[in-house]
Amino acid sequence: MIEFPDEPALIPYFTAGDPSVESVPEIIEALEDGGADVIEVGLPFSEPVADGPTIQEAIARALENGMTPDVFFEKVSEAEVEVPLVVMTYYNIIFHRGVEEFVEDCAEVGIEGIIVPDLPVEESDELYEACRKNDVDLIFIIAPTTDDERIEGIMERVSGFVYVQARLGTTGAREDVSGTTYDVLERLEGYDVPKAVGFGVSKEEHARSIIEGGADGVVAGSVFVETAAENEEYAEAVEEKTRELKRGAVSGEER
Amino acid sequence: MTANSEGKFGDYGGQYVPEVLMPAIEELEEAYDEYLSDDDFLDDLNAKLRDYGGRPTPLYHAPELSERVGSKVYLKREDLLHGGAHKLNNALGQALLAKRMGKDRIIAETGAGQHGTATAMAAAALGIDCEIYMGAKDIERQKPNVFRMRLMGAEVNPVETGTGTLKDAINETLRDWATNVEDTHYVIGSIVGPHPFPAMVRDFQSVIGREIRQQSVEKEGRLPDSVVACAGGGSNTMGAFYDFIDDEEVDLYAVEAGGSSLEVNEERAPNSASLNIGEEGVLHGARTKILEDEDGQILESHSLSAGLDYSGVGPELAYLVDSGRVEPRTADDDEALEAFHLVSETEGIIPALESSHAVALLEKEDLGDFVVVNLSGRGDKDLDTVMEKSGVEV
Ligand SMILES: Cc1ncc(COP(=O)(O)O)c(C=O)c1O
Repeated sequence: MIEFPDEPALIPYFTAGDPSVESVPEIIEALEDGGADVIEVGLPFSEPVADGPTIQEAIARALENGMTPDVFFEKVSEAEVEVPLVVMTYYNIIFHRGVEEFVEDCAEVGIEGIIVPDLPVEESDELYEACRKNDVDLIFIIAPTTDDERIEGIMERVSGFVYVQARLGTTGAREDVSGTTYDVLERLEGYDVPKAVGFGVSKEEHARSIIEGGADGVVAGSVFVETAAENEEYAEAVEEKTRELKRGAVSGEER
Repeated sequence: MTANSEGKFGDYGGQYVPEVLMPAIEELEEAYDEYLSDDDFLDDLNAKLRDYGGRPTPLYHAPELSERVGSKVYLKREDLLHGGAHKLNNALGQALLAKRMGKDRIIAETGAGQHGTATAMAAAALGIDCEIYMGAKDIERQKPNVFRMRLMGAEVNPVETGTGTLKDAINETLRDWATNVEDTHYVIGSIVGPHPFPAMVRDFQSVIGREIRQQSVEKEGRLPDSVVACAGGGSNTMGAFYDFIDDEEVDLYAVEAGGSSLEVNEERAPNSASLNIGEEGVLHGARTKILEDEDGQILESHSLSAGLDYSGVGPELAYLVDSGRVEPRTADDDEALEAFHLVSETEGIIPALESSHAVALLEKEDLGDFVVVNLSGRGDKDLDTVMEKSGVEV
């Protein structure tokens, strides 16, 4: 299960299989070298309804490159890192493999948490049981639209950290941090699970202001996907971007 | 059956959607439960279906088809509903509901363009803003409907992702909904998606089967031996079947698009026969039968008819197939085309290519002495496709 750091955490996401299948362990290691505290590895599903164009396109490329669940587990197991890994995928991938088997495969390759953007807490019984049995965290998303009653239900099941969705809509890098973020964080104050804010984060200042707003961690996805896709020397570029966002997160606490 | 309290039909159904949408779905569940037994709402809907939509639609005895297959064939004329397809039953119902819920914008996906057209009509008639998502490939093959939607003031957004068909349009509409959920209602076009959509859309479409029952008794003094309908998502199917579920003597046939083959390769299903050859999985908010590869990736479907070209199917229909109540069948592209020409020539009715799949079953199977085929829509929208397929130039 995930050991969340005491200092402000940076949680980068990337899509496994983009720019290549071979890049998976390299990118994971580069993210750790840049200071990532938890790493979210995206396992591609052909219908990513919670994702914006950047991640949609990365998923299409990854599938084209031959990324499959089998290849995913194999490549993730090649990464030599200490930080906790988390898989982000859609429910059909898990359901199709068999919920138990999927979670066992995660545990085996050192994946400590699972995020499923199309699995609300109401449908999570089977995955929740399998996660508990295998000491894997099940991470839920809380949206700006989630009311206090739903928050309560989600908090009963979540472990590792909660993923606070900063804005309505889908994933994708934006120019500013949404104001709704701070309202949600305020409503979560009484719960003692680490809170990580994501959806739209791309800059050092975003990371800083999210931590200033009371979050324990910052999640950034599309910006890492872009960085990995656009740079020939992707490992170096990803490491550099990690360093920048981590710096932002840490500075948010000092102020 | 109706969905249980968790929105399930057996193991099928449910609500597999991003958290951001869950509150809207809960709100919709409440509104739907409330208005289902609200006489004002139902009176309003029924009046609009009658005076604006043209209900009831006739049950037409098709003499030439009857002669040909040696039994009494009746066509349920949903092609005569305003807009030219059964889709208006649902679109009007949901648009009215959206209005009562205080949503001032509606969005919808469309495959053949019939549901988009119906939604655009309902929006124009009720004074609500409307935006439609449609796959780029479907826009190409269903141009008249694209223009109709625009004429009625709807914005039509082409969807380029995937193969640019219905599945991709649904993805994009869900993304829009997740972004604008506070003031927007998603008028889903079939008995697919998260609960309460499958049950709600079926209820709005069930008027088809109620009329078939009444008209059958009027014309033949009894219930039909079988009711046949085509299944894309399955809304005209469930609409036609729902009133007959408990009448075991009435056989119910759901005809899917066999496309060009029932074989499946790694990336593509050259058909859209998820009831016939699909596996249990989760797509677009529901657990149901879907076309997927060995890793659980959704396969691109194929059908000559845009409205059937979908890799999933409604969870209730999947359940009824598993339980043996509904018989799944297929008709391939060529059989549908043949039926299209047959109905046009013998009856003077140009059926939608979707509906032609249902008609095609008449030639393939003995369906009893008294058969009702749900003619879900008219084929004007398909003339380009048929001309191209037949190598005709006018
Ligand atoms: C005329 C017609 N029939 C059938 C369908 C298939 O939809 P469903 O299976 O939901 O009735 C469509 C969809 O666009 C249609 O336009």
